[in-house]
Amino acid sequence: MTGSVAVVGASLAGLSAVRALRARGFHGTVTLIGDEPDLPYERPALSKEFLHTGEPTGLLEDHSETARLDAQWLLGRRAIGLTPGMGRPIEQEGEAAPHAEPHLIHLDDGRTVSADTLILATGARPRRLPGVPGAHYLRNLDDARRLRETLYETKQLVIIGAGFIGAEVASSARGLGVDVTLVDSAPIPSAAALGETIAAACADLHARNGVRLLTGTRIESVRPDAVHLIGGARLAADTIVIGIGATPNIEWAGDRNPLLHNADGFETDTQGRTAIPGIYAIGDCARVHDPISGRDTRSEHWNAAITQAQTVAAAITGTPPPARTAPYFWSHQYGKLLQLAGDPTAATDLRIIDGALDGESFTARYEHNGTPVAVCALDNPRLFTRQRKQLDRDLTSAH
Amino acid sequence: MAASIPSLTLLVGKLGELPVGAVVTVNPTGLAPISVFHTEEGLFAIDDTCTHQDASLADGWVEGCTVECPLHESCFDLRTGAASGPPAKRAVRTHRVEVRGDDIVLTPSTDS
Repeated sequence: MTGSVAVVGASLAGLSAVRALRARGFHGTVTLIGDEPDLPYERPALSKEFLHTGEPTGLLEDHSETARLDAQWLLGRRAIGLTPGMGRPIEQEGEAAPHAEPHLIHLDDGRTVSADTLILATGARPRRLPGVPGAHYLRNLDDARRLRETLYETKQLVIIGAGFIGAEVASSARGLGVDVTLVDSAPIPSAAALGETIAAACADLHARNGVRLLTGTRIESVRPDAVHLIGGARLAADTIVIGIGATPNIEWAGDRNPLLHNADGFETDTQGRTAIPGIYAIGDCARVHDPISGRDTRSEHWNAAITQAQTVAAAITGTPPPARTAPYFWSHQYGKLLQLAGDPTAATDLRIIDGALDGESFTARYEHNGTPVAVCALDNPRLFTRQRKQLDRDLTSAH
Repeated sequence: MAASIPSLTLLVGKLGELPVGAVVTVNPTGLAPISVFHTEEGLFAIDDTCTHQDASLADGWVEGCTVECPLHESCFDLRTGAASGPPAKRAVRTHRVEVRGDDIVLTPSTDS
C-alpha cells in the first residue's frame, strides 16, 4: 500500500494513527504535523503525577520506534488552513486513485503539505471563562509546568469546574498540602458522565480528603485574589484553575469546508470518515455519528483516541477494523482509581455488586431492564475488568 | 568469570490452592512484586507492575498466554514478558516457576 497520508495533530490520536497505519502495512509517505514543539507525551499525567514530579512521560518507545514509524515530523508548526482536493473515491479504499488531486494543508510557516489522505487529529482546547486574567487552564505541557510552579507557592487554590480535570487537580494540589476549594454550577458534578448516584459518591471523595466542594454555585465575579459567588460568599484565592470543558480545534480548517464540521467537532461516520472523501477525523476533535443510536458523540477520552485511530487506519488500508468495545475512561483521585466503561445514560437501574458507595472501594453495574450497559468501580480493577470484558463481548455478539 | 550467586527460591503455595484461572502475588524481600498466573497453558511468573503505568497485572485480564493490564490495556506475553505494543514500551521481567510435588516454587530472576 502506497500513497501519502498527512496527520494533523501529533498527540495520542495522531501518533496512534501513524502506528496503526504502519502496523497495517501502509508503506507510503506519512507526515505528522503538531503545533507543540515536544514529541508526543502522556497528556493524562498532566493533572496527576506530573504536578508532583514535573517529569513528562513520552509516548514514543525510543529512537527505534521513531525510525520504524518512518514519518516526517513537522513539530512546532500549526495548520492554518485546508484545501480539499479531489479525494479518492471511497469505493477504492486502500488503493490510492491514480492522478487524484491531493488535499492540501497550509501551515503557519508558509509551507503547504499535500497528501492523498488526511487524518485530522487537532484535539481540543480548554473552554475559557472570560474576564479572569491570570487563571490557569490545563491542556498541554506548558500549562502543566506553569501550574506546577505556581502550586508550590499557593496557599489557597480555587478550582472552577469539578469535572475530571478539576477533581484531579484538586487531588494533586491537596497532595502538595494546598488548601483547595472546588466550585461547580451543577448540583452534582460529573452526573452526566457517571449518573447521579455514582457522581455523588465520587463527589464525597473531596470532602473525605479535606477539599471543600461547593455545588450549584453561580460565580458573580473573579478578582485576582478571590472568587465572588452570587449570594455574597467570597473565596480567597492566590491561584485559580479553570476546568469547565473543552472546545474542539476545528476552526483552522476554515469555513470554506462547510461539510467538514459543525460547531462541535469534525463530523464523521463510525469509520472516522468525514463527508469529504479521503479526509478522516479522530480524537477530541471528531464528532462520530452512530447510526444505531442516532447519536453524535464527541469523546475526549484517551481510549477513544486510540480506538478511533485504529478504525481509520483500517479504513485507509482496507484491513479489518478493531473489535467494538465499550467506551472506557479512568481517573486517579486521592490515591484511588476510578474506572468507568459503557454508557451510564442508558441505565434504568444501578446495582452495587461489590463494596459500598461510602466505603474505600465499590463496583457498580448500570443495567437497562436487567441488561448490563455500564460498569463503574472505585479501586477494584480486577472485578471492573471482568465486568468490562463482558460488556465488550455483549457488543461484539450484538453485531 | 564471576562466581554465580546462588538463586533464591520461594515457596509460593500449594498447587491445589491455585486453580487454573487464579493468580497470586508475592513480595520477595528487596525485589519488585511478582505475580504467578495459573493458566490453561500452565504456570507463569512475571513482575506484577505494568511497565507503562503503576498498575497491578494480577488484576488484569488473561487470555491464552497474554495478560492485559486493567488500566490501559497494555498486553504482555506471560511466557516472555514481551509487550505486544503500545502503550507499554518495555517488557516485564519473567521468572522461573515450577511445581515440586504439590509445591509451587518460584525462582526470582535478578537480571536487569
